[in-house]
Amino acid sequence: MSAPTTTYRECCKQAIRAALLADPRVFLMGEDVGRYGGCYAVSKGLLDEFGPERIRDTPLSESAFVGAGIGAAIAGMRPIVEIMTVNFSLLALDQILNNAATIPHMSGGQFAIPLVIRMATGGGRQLAAQHSHSLEGWYAHIPGLKILAPATLEDARYMLAPALLDPNPVLIFEHIMLYNLEGVLDPAVTSVDIEHAAIRRPGRDVTLVTYGGSLPETLAAAETLAREGIEAEVIDLRVLRPLDEATILESVRRTRRCVIVDEGWRSGSLSAEIGMRIAEQAFYELDAPLRRVCSAEVPMPYAGHLERAALPNRERIAAAVRTLLRPGS
Amino acid sequence: MGLFRMPSLGADMEAGTLVEWLVKPGDSVKRGQVVAVVETQKGAIEVECFEEGTVEELLLAPGQKVPVETPMARIRAPGEVPAAAAPAAPPPPAAAPAAAPREAPSVAKAAAPPPPPPPAPTAGPKVSPAARRRALELGVPLDRIHGTGPDGAITVADVEAAARGAAAEAPTPAPAPAGPVSPKAEAVRAAPRRGFDPVEMRKAIAAAMSRSKREIPHYYLATTVEMARALAFLEAVNRERPPPERLLPAVLLLKATALALREVPELNGFWVEGGFRPGPGIHLGWAISLRGGGLVAPAIHDVDARPLPELMAALRDLVGRARNGGLKSSELADATLTITSLGERGAEAVLPVIYPPQVAMVGFGAIVRRPWVDDEGGLVARPVVQVSLAADHRASDGHLGSRFLAAIADHLQRPESL
Repeated sequence: MSAPTTTYRECCKQAIRAALLADPRVFLMGEDVGRYGGCYAVSKGLLDEFGPERIRDTPLSESAFVGAGIGAAIAGMRPIVEIMTVNFSLLALDQILNNAATIPHMSGGQFAIPLVIRMATGGGRQLAAQHSHSLEGWYAHIPGLKILAPATLEDARYMLAPALLDPNPVLIFEHIMLYNLEGVLDPAVTSVDIEHAAIRRPGRDVTLVTYGGSLPETLAAAETLAREGIEAEVIDLRVLRPLDEATILESVRRTRRCVIVDEGWRSGSLSAEIGMRIAEQAFYELDAPLRRVCSAEVPMPYAGHLERAALPNRERIAAAVRTLLRPGS
Repeated sequence: MGLFRMPSLGADMEAGTLVEWLVKPGDSVKRGQVVAVVETQKGAIEVECFEEGTVEELLLAPGQKVPVETPMARIRAPGEVPAAAAPAAPPPPAAAPAAAPREAPSVAKAAAPPPPPPPAPTAGPKVSPAARRRALELGVPLDRIHGTGPDGAITVADVEAAARGAAAEAPTPAPAPAGPVSPKAEAVRAAPRRGFDPVEMRKAIAAAMSRSKREIPHYYLATTVEMARALAFLEAVNRERPPPERLLPAVLLLKATALALREVPELNGFWVEGGFRPGPGIHLGWAISLRGGGLVAPAIHDVDARPLPELMAALRDLVGRARNGGLKSSELADATLTITSLGERGAEAVLPVIYPPQVAMVGFGAIVRRPWVDDEGGLVARPVVQVSLAADHRASDGHLGSRFLAAIADHLQRPESL
């Protein structure tokens, strides 16, 4: 018999549910996570099952409830803090950078901060320039944080458990276009690591490095290219900090070409960091210039056609690859 | 200001047709850089430039046929002011008095012409880092590889294709022109860029060989050289080497000839204007027969100074390029003496026809097993080769020629000296 179809959203919920069931120190806190069920409906039904002590609606103050989560973690709890969207997390940036990422260091390791912060990221739903950006690259800049970007059902379902076990703050970025992703959860997978990138599609001609919401588009581009005789290898970073350099470099040394797909803005982005590391460590293996497909450097437009034009998509990814392998076309 | 002219690629060449420019105005060029492809009777030849500087103006368009020595491009020497900008460069003297009353002290400085801009770094072909390294590993010169990567960059695949000996560039035999051909640039461009036209090739050979037999009083000498020691030496050397790098007997013959020429330099050079002019180095032409008929004898430079493995690689490379196109102008013009070696399936002896204006040609027959009287007076079967010399009696006499053949024979008896 075949396993039932599920969604990325449901996997996120089941991950939280399993954590709540497994450890009484775990609780969920954030704006509209309780009675409303979460603005992307991830926590729908959890209030009824676990009660208001463990599914806590908070005031609209990111700084306050992220700070409360840090305090709770220091005091021995295992909080899961949900921030509605990455744009709003900037209100809590002081808590995240100056406290969560820093206190374990400044206390000489006396205070662990086993905090998990989940937030939605990315564009594609016409939510305009204050709700649609991909700022996870900024967080990947910060030492002391671990940054995760689940892009598959399995990662959505199983990354939370090791994140809660980590004594350091872990940020999980859930791309809004992935919540409706449907599929069958691989029954063979019951846990995942939060250290390594994954090769989602092997290939010999070019390495496509991506993560999160860009993974499905990148895989679609790889299929298009395969029909043209170009075999692209697709790497899903999964962990944006610390970066799994070994997987990236091993692949690029084989294919000798790399296109980085990053929904963030190009300037000073995660794609820039990855490209530079390849240049630093695999320069002599390269057979073509590095290329990037990023979002247009504009505040995300509201209009649907402009938003589509601003985001990386399969056509742009395939076109970037062709400039390396079919320069004439 | 230098002029780049239609080169003479052999004594028999009168004119050439420009097929393609490989540079454009504003490009930096170096001495020895291939800058154009010229169609001659010997096929399309990559022509090198002997000026250093910046291409100022191209004077010929592809498709134009011009006599040898016709200027093809103007090349500005490094530091030289561009022709168009030249009048503007020195400040007009009238400006100085106008400025003088107010800024007298700075006039001298202002009047000094600005220092010439540093020459732009030479923009060579784009090569990927991996391709550059691969080319180094394979010993493939980058300047004759055609890039297929982004922006025409040379990729690993291009290097490997070149190393496979032009397997990538299909050796389509250049078709002989069928029917009347319009003498337009398009016709030239449409023709395969490389490869020899057998009809034109035949004409070139006819012209050069007729001139040779008409003008040069040949004398001929021959001797038989026992090759057992040389072949044993090769076998020992080759035991250590993978098949693609093994040395062939040809390379011993080539090097022995070069070393003999060091001892008898009177045979290395040209007969010009009623006298002998020594060659500038020992650059040996190697006669290569082409599959469609005809032959070319491109030069390997400085043979006497190069080790055997390097010469072997050069020989292989040259044969590949001669048969598939891509010879350079210096290779066609520079030979100071030519060798013809008939190879294992060839005849036992050859009496060569000198390629003018050279003054000698050396021939090697096939290496064959023949009865031989050894040092003890016993009759044994040994590998032997017939070495022959055709020399210009205007430039040398038989005594000198004999010394030369003896020197070749001597070097072949001491293969470790090669």
